Amino acid sequence: MDNKRRKFIGDSLKTAGAVGVGSLVLGLYSGQSRALASQAIRPPGALAEDDFLGACVRCGLCVRDCPWDTLKLAQLFDPVALGTPYFTARKTPCEMCEDIPCVVACPTGALDHSLTDINDSRMGLAVVIDQEGCIAFQGLRCEVCYNVCPVQGKAITIETQTNNRTGMHAKFIPVVHSSDCTGCGKCEQACIVDGESAIKVMPLKLAASGGSPHYRQGWKEKEKAGGKSLVAPDAEHKFNLPEGVEYDYAGEGLIIKDKTKKPEAVSVPQLEQKTKDSPFSENPLDTLNKKGGL
Amino acid sequence: MGVANAKKGFKPGQEAIAKKGWLLAHKWLILRRLSQFSILALFIFSPWIAEKTEVWLIKGNLASSLTLDVIPLTDPYVLIQSILAGSWPVFTGVLGALIVAVFYFLVGGRVYCSWVCPINIVTDVAAWLRTKLKIKGGAQIGRNTRFWVLGFTLLLALITGSIAWELINPVSMVFRGLTFGMGFAWGVILAVFLLDFIVSRRAWCGSLCPVGAFYSLLGSQSMMRINAYQREQCDDCMDCFLVCPEQQIIKNPLNGAAKGFHSMITSSQCTNCGRCIDVCTEDVFRFETRIPFKKIPMLNQPSDSEKLTQTQEVVS
Ligand code: SF4
Ligand code: SF4
Ligand code: SF4
Ligand code: SF4
Ligand code: SF4
Repeated sequence: MDNKRRKFIGDSLKTAGAVGVGSLVLGLYSGQSRALASQAIRPPGALAEDDFLGACVRCGLCVRDCPWDTLKLAQLFDPVALGTPYFTARKTPCEMCEDIPCVVACPTGALDHSLTDINDSRMGLAVVIDQEGCIAFQGLRCEVCYNVCPVQGKAITIETQTNNRTGMHAKFIPVVHSSDCTGCGKCEQACIVDGESAIKVMPLKLAASGGSPHYRQGWKEKEKAGGKSLVAPDAEHKFNLPEGVEYDYAGEGLIIKDKTKKPEAVSVPQLEQKTKDSPFSENPLDTLNKKGGL
Repeated sequence: MGVANAKKGFKPGQEAIAKKGWLLAHKWLILRRLSQFSILALFIFSPWIAEKTEVWLIKGNLASSLTLDVIPLTDPYVLIQSILAGSWPVFTGVLGALIVAVFYFLVGGRVYCSWVCPINIVTDVAAWLRTKLKIKGGAQIGRNTRFWVLGFTLLLALITGSIAWELINPVSMVFRGLTFGMGFAWGVILAVFLLDFIVSRRAWCGSLCPVGAFYSLLGSQSMMRINAYQREQCDDCMDCFLVCPEQQIIKNPLNGAAKGFHSMITSSQCTNCGRCIDVCTEDVFRFETRIPFKKIPMLNQPSDSEKLTQTQEVVS
């Protein structure tokens, strides 16, 4: 009797130990599998990755109800937790269905059922990640990503920059705004470069920085304060000029208030000694008026 | 009994085939395979049918599914893990789990194992091969290990906040693989097969699988049971014992009349596979119903020492 009981307890402890060790390994592995590969994007409404892995039962109902065959369930050795839904934007982006069938189908809270406007979804954030590759940065006209974006004109805008190479053209640069980008990946799919896209949807965790709340933008503060600067205005620069003459930098240039005085008459003793083969004009005012340096 | 085995060269069912004919000697096995394969086929071909006819017979997989766009079904085991991980399912999820739970509560929890689970086909083949090739012995893995595994999977969900078990669960991996794309899930089938074939007989389903353990608990009071109602006709050929995936549960109901055991197999580990009915030439077994929670009376009281060796849960 006693021996039997002892054996029973011993056996149970052994089993518990073995299963416990196995569970520990599995627990550690599950911790590691939390890292979602950045090219894998969760369906609209998906909870934050940690919560998602606790909620999703890996049933594939979202996959079946996606009319565009966007979603896939992760298979063994995919860089996504086994059996969970994701999509690869470069291949098949989310078409942002108005009725969001994937969310409606989900039997768990993994896809948040309170998401009813697809424009509110945040599957990720597009980033023009390869500025060297994006032909807009090379000065060519493209704007394909801008044109395919379902949140057009809001999620991506085109900003102009001076093309310093030609000196006379503008570059039409795509700029993504986190306020409106849903992370659908249409831009990533459409980007005209070969192979990997120049614009990519990244997980929000990676793509969105923490911002810089400790920096205050004076111009915005001024706007908020109804045009009143928070700091004392800069002291105006004083040019050391003769009486009746003013200088408006980046404006009119030299302003001679007293028309009777000729600027030529101003004598600058040091410069008068300069020889004729100096590259500078003898009149220092010429130099001053030549805006933008020598 | 051992002599009878040796004579027949480990071919359980031979006599039944000779006496009843092949079809009758495989009746329940055929029905079971039909059930397993048609459930799989239903899931696999539904998307294709839906493409042609716009009617979705069933979508999803065993974890959660939707039949005819109306009836939700959800695996209560995975849902419990999800809840333990800290997430509350939506209404359809809960309703689906309730439907499934009530169904298995009534027909027998491990009916899931022998009539639905795709892994069962693999482990059955491994056990059949072992018997055929007369492979004996192997590692000893306690039959109760599965309850430890079950407990730890629930604990893991609670601690890690994610459904960790689903990362390695071969049952869902294979079913999901067959319905959504296999990938390397073939390797998992092979692993389970090798485990059962080489390491120990019925190692996976009989000792380790927490899914089976969960469903056995769910169906411990089930209405549908195998009854060795004509046990006095048993000729000790041992065929039922050889084909049963949970051998230990047959002994008392079949041979325990003298010790006072009822002839109904009440162990929650019985998968209601009906294979014992198939191979028995003497028609000892049949399916019967009983009233849940009603205690099955012992014929007489077993002594204390016998109680300790009981593997079933017959309560006096
Ligand atoms: S919103 Fe539409 S296209 Fe996007 S994942 Fe859901 S069902 Fe598929
Ligand atoms: S429907 Fe929900 S629970 Fe099912 S796989 Fe998709 S996200 Fe996961
Ligand atoms: S991912 Fe691209 S296409 Fe989609 S909303 Fe964001 S910027 Fe637009
Ligand atoms: S489509 Fe690609 S190359 Fe064209 S502007 Fe957008 S990111 Fe640049
Ligand atoms: S014990 Fe597990 S693997 Fe075996 S048949 Fe049952 S559920 Fe399937």
